[in-house]
Amino acid sequence: MQSVTVTVNGQQYQRQIEPRLLLSDFIRHELRLTGTHVGCEHGVCGACTILLDGNAVRSCLLFAVQVEGCEITTVEGLAPDPEVLHPLQQAFWEAHGLQCGFCTAGILMTLIPFLEENPNPDEPQIRAAISGNLCRCTGYQHIVDAVKIAAEKTRAEHA
Amino acid sequence: MKPAPFSYFAPESLNAALELAAEHGYDAKLLAGGQSLVPAMNFRLVQPTVLIDLNQVDELAYVRETEQRGLRIGAMTRQRSVECDPLVAEVCPLLAEVMPHIAHPQIRNRGTIGGSLVHSDPAAELPVVAVALDATLTVRSNSGQRRVPALDFFQSLFTVDVAAGEMLVEVEFPPWSARTGYAFQEVARRHGDYALVGAAALVTLGEDGLCERARLVFLNVGDVPMEARHAAGMLRGQRLTEELIEEALNVAAEEEIDPVADIHATVAYQRHLARVLGRRCLQEAEARAQQIVEGR
Repeated sequence: MQSVTVTVNGQQYQRQIEPRLLLSDFIRHELRLTGTHVGCEHGVCGACTILLDGNAVRSCLLFAVQVEGCEITTVEGLAPDPEVLHPLQQAFWEAHGLQCGFCTAGILMTLIPFLEENPNPDEPQIRAAISGNLCRCTGYQHIVDAVKIAAEKTRAEHA
Repeated sequence: MKPAPFSYFAPESLNAALELAAEHGYDAKLLAGGQSLVPAMNFRLVQPTVLIDLNQVDELAYVRETEQRGLRIGAMTRQRSVECDPLVAEVCPLLAEVMPHIAHPQIRNRGTIGGSLVHSDPAAELPVVAVALDATLTVRSNSGQRRVPALDFFQSLFTVDVAAGEMLVEVEFPPWSARTGYAFQEVARRHGDYALVGAAALVTLGEDGLCERARLVFLNVGDVPMEARHAAGMLRGQRLTEELIEEALNVAAEEEIDPVADIHATVAYQRHLARVLGRRCLQEAEARAQQIVEGR
């Protein structure tokens, strides 16, 4: 067993874990943050995407022992309070950007740094950005619409 | 889908990592970005008893220009850092052009240049770039280091010239002549997925507009990057007409690659793709070289 201390959504956690514990399982089973979903567990589906020190990464391709001292954001860290959605979540709600919702957390976490780096993306850029996230319900069209709405609103707020 | 148990070490210096690698030999696996190794461990295709995590070895993450205007890149440099580095775009534009083709942004945030080179997947882009650009790879152990040309480094399927106890620490891309154009293209069913076939080309033009030097390397049509040496040789000293390129690609696609049929593509289709992508790459590389020549 090995000790790991990590900050998740602003809160510090310390746990004793086996080195082979995947970060995705650590987040879900040890921290009980089940918003991060586990799909393929080999880095293909993108459902488990989280932010590690601000970068979107697959949590199923990291061991929890590797994130000692790191800052992690999961989907639970997006909404400012239980009654108010993050602007990106709000846009997904408005554009019907999800059906079953299994892929949504991973897609949101992929898009947060993407929109920060690229506040005015065109459609090919949006599609390239979410190319590493599989959605089997929507056919992606409404997801792309949601990203456009979110980008527009964010730009309007900053204008 | 859970890895088998292992002992975990996270050394903070290259020397400490090499000591651990020497001590544990074949029992140990070196963990770089983990974007290929961890899936293999999750499937239990790989079950190392010792895992040496290199992610704390900061001294292996760098991009530097050499005195000859080439590039040296540390093995633990993230693919995303290489992709976004203006020095890479300036000094080694082929490498910059290839980076977005590697998997997805989330993978490149974590994946490293050294990890991809050592993994040596026949469908990976970086080994092809290393061979195309005549890169030299530096392999180190706790008893010394050696430099290996890319052409010798990739030995066969998932096999490179790195022994137990050794580690790839750096890749060096030498400069090419200023009048060199480059191109990379691949065909994949889905964006970011493994390519069915890909090609990289470099064309150096002389002052007279004739081809001084050419390089053509294919991806995923053999166990290792497939260099079409005879085809490239046919172009030397010549004007790159459509007929000549077609003739060279017949040689490349029929004699110089070694495709194997799988569920994604027949051998005939892979040869067809090699021909089409090879032609497009050579023409694009020549056009870029032409722009440089005319810009003077």
